[in-house]
Amino acid sequence: MALGGFLSRLKQGLSRTSEKLTSSIGAVFTKRRLDDAALEELEDLLIAADLGTAVAAQVIANFRRTRFGKEVGEDEIKIALADEIAAILAPVAQPLVINRSLKPHVVLVVGVNGTGKTTTIGKLAQFYAEQGMQSVLVAGDTFRAAAVEQLQVWGQRTNCPVVSGSHEADPAGLAFDALTQARASAADVLLVDSAGRLHNKSALMEELRKIIRVLQKQDPTAPHSVLLVLDATTGQNAIQQVQVFKDMVDVTGLVVTKLDGSARGGIVVALAEAFNLPVHAVGVGEQAADLRPFDATAFARGLVGL
Amino acid sequence: MFESLSGKLSGVFDRLRSRGVLNETDVMEALREIRLALLDADVALPVVRDFIAKVRERAIGQEVIGSVSPGQQVVKIVNDVMVDALGGAGVVPINLNAAAPVPILMVGLQGSGKTTTSGKIALRLLQRQKKKVLLASLDTQRPAAQLQLQQLAERAGVSSLPIIAGQTPLQIAARAMDTGRREVFDVVILDTAGRLAIDATLMDEVKAIRDATQPAETLLVVDAMTGQDAVVTAQAFHEALGITGIVMTRMDGDARGGAALSMRAVTGAPIKLTGSGEKLDALEDFHPERVAGRILGMGDVVGLVERAAETIDEAEAEKLARKMAKGLFDLDDYASQLRQIGKMGSLSSILGMLPGGAKLQQQVGNANLDTKMLKRQAAIISSMTKAERKNPDLLKASRKKRVAAGSGTTVQELNKLLKQFDDMTTMMKRMNKMGQKGLMRQGLSALMPQGRRPF
Repeated sequence: MALGGFLSRLKQGLSRTSEKLTSSIGAVFTKRRLDDAALEELEDLLIAADLGTAVAAQVIANFRRTRFGKEVGEDEIKIALADEIAAILAPVAQPLVINRSLKPHVVLVVGVNGTGKTTTIGKLAQFYAEQGMQSVLVAGDTFRAAAVEQLQVWGQRTNCPVVSGSHEADPAGLAFDALTQARASAADVLLVDSAGRLHNKSALMEELRKIIRVLQKQDPTAPHSVLLVLDATTGQNAIQQVQVFKDMVDVTGLVVTKLDGSARGGIVVALAEAFNLPVHAVGVGEQAADLRPFDATAFARGLVGL
Repeated sequence: MFESLSGKLSGVFDRLRSRGVLNETDVMEALREIRLALLDADVALPVVRDFIAKVRERAIGQEVIGSVSPGQQVVKIVNDVMVDALGGAGVVPINLNAAAPVPILMVGLQGSGKTTTSGKIALRLLQRQKKKVLLASLDTQRPAAQLQLQQLAERAGVSSLPIIAGQTPLQIAARAMDTGRREVFDVVILDTAGRLAIDATLMDEVKAIRDATQPAETLLVVDAMTGQDAVVTAQAFHEALGITGIVMTRMDGDARGGAALSMRAVTGAPIKLTGSGEKLDALEDFHPERVAGRILGMGDVVGLVERAAETIDEAEAEKLARKMAKGLFDLDDYASQLRQIGKMGSLSSILGMLPGGAKLQQQVGNANLDTKMLKRQAAIISSMTKAERKNPDLLKASRKKRVAAGSGTTVQELNKLLKQFDDMTTMMKRMNKMGQKGLMRQGLSALMPQGRRPF
């Protein structure tokens, strides 16, 4: 859990991103005048990193203001880019703080299908166990085949009780029972898994709201955190996803997964710009230890290959 | 999925249409807009460049400049280039031309939907081609992945390979093929663990599986929401394994799905199937021309008709038609019609398939109408007595109150329903009076109640 370990892991995870981006930057900017054509090429490179056209244009506009017409080298571009990106990301790099007086701090985990919600819960349970906190896991994905069993395996690995019901049981009722149980055992964290759902399916979004309503019957302040799990390979649709989930269930923070694979991850920058929601953690692998706090500077430097 | 791109492009083309003759500057301006729209739709940069170059080549010059309706011309050119880029017209079926049992290898990143898609393909081959399918999960990475496929197989009504803990993916593959031969299966679907194209160990493993099983199809499963990375992933998997087809999942989301264009362009492999829901039957053929039409805001009418044909009960439809012709249509028939429409999926998804429906779809989505409204109407009707359903005129104040209370709705909602029903029967009477010829001459407008528009 040392910071050094985190940095090297993140760097490893982002290495493909940076390779991609920096080899292209290298090709464009060995040493040349930063003119319109050069800026346009740079903008394209940012777009290719999934920053989106708007954010890419914004970064480039800042470059134009300060560096237009100058002779620049590759490193100069990298440092400036990293600074620019880190400035956007810094305000959102906030760890998820568990309030240990709540007993339990209720964390609802939501997201579209296949982003890694269940895996993230397993990793979070491991992380809290290492900090001496007891978690209770709720197998709220009662829809997908074997989702319950998947979470149960994580429960065994992390030594946490898993509350589960039958297939297609009502996830809200399950969450209610689990909260009762967690309060009785004075657990520190209640991690509620939910079935993946596309944000444009209103009936399924309504089901999520029901989970929240039911939880609030026992604890009006619950859920204390609503984490949206996002796949880093997602393109610009991530913005729509965050918007809808935020409107429907009041998302309090993001977890960005699969940063080990995405050549990009630049969507995180676009999201920070658009929503200013905290990015609590990033997933960089399939092992329990592969969930790490989000560090803006490290991310930005990793993104540009510094 | 492509609504936003449709919206943007139709904005561009609206401006083009409003001018008489296009010059080069206009075309360039439109191309810039198209470029931005494509990028925002997650089409990969190199693919966008290529696309724009092709459109420019065809657009500037005689074809557009000086032609009668330049805007229309550009729309057509963009559409043609889009259809080409998506793979030309027509459907490419799954290739089963190999000695049985035919192996199909499913590969892709984590969470792209390989396991669900495996179950869907199994059900499709069983239902449409009467194939005996064996599902085998080689995913020893993710907890309970093998169990997930086993449960999907049960739901699809096909066999799955018994799970033996501790076997390596290669051993499972060999056992699957062996079982396939011994028990005379037609097709063996090998579902692999999600992996990154840069993970050399796992890529070597899947290469070994491919070499051992010689699959007739190696299908890359990709999420329609994928960003610029789609092109990198597709290329890497293609170079390592030789992809024979692509399956796009989550097409029922609202992602613009530019990944479809990108992957087709870099691999040359056809997009064979699309997944559009969590149910096992939510797997459809990929129609490049329709998807291109949808991208350009031209709707997917063919898809709508097809879906209607698949879901609507023909016998019941005929019975309804006979009743309509005789003017005997009552509220019971109306309720059965509501059920049929409900089966076709949500109203907003139906609207999304109509030309210009994307905007309507948003409005409907905002108003939260959807199938809920249909269900409420059905509930109102089922709270009526048989006599009331036959003769809605019986419904006066106190009966209305009872029906509203019984169905958990309001008298206003009931009135609205009765008005709709009334409009509909009026329409039918007019249709009968006019006869076939009258309808042909005056078109649908003759049927609409005065001063009302269909939406």
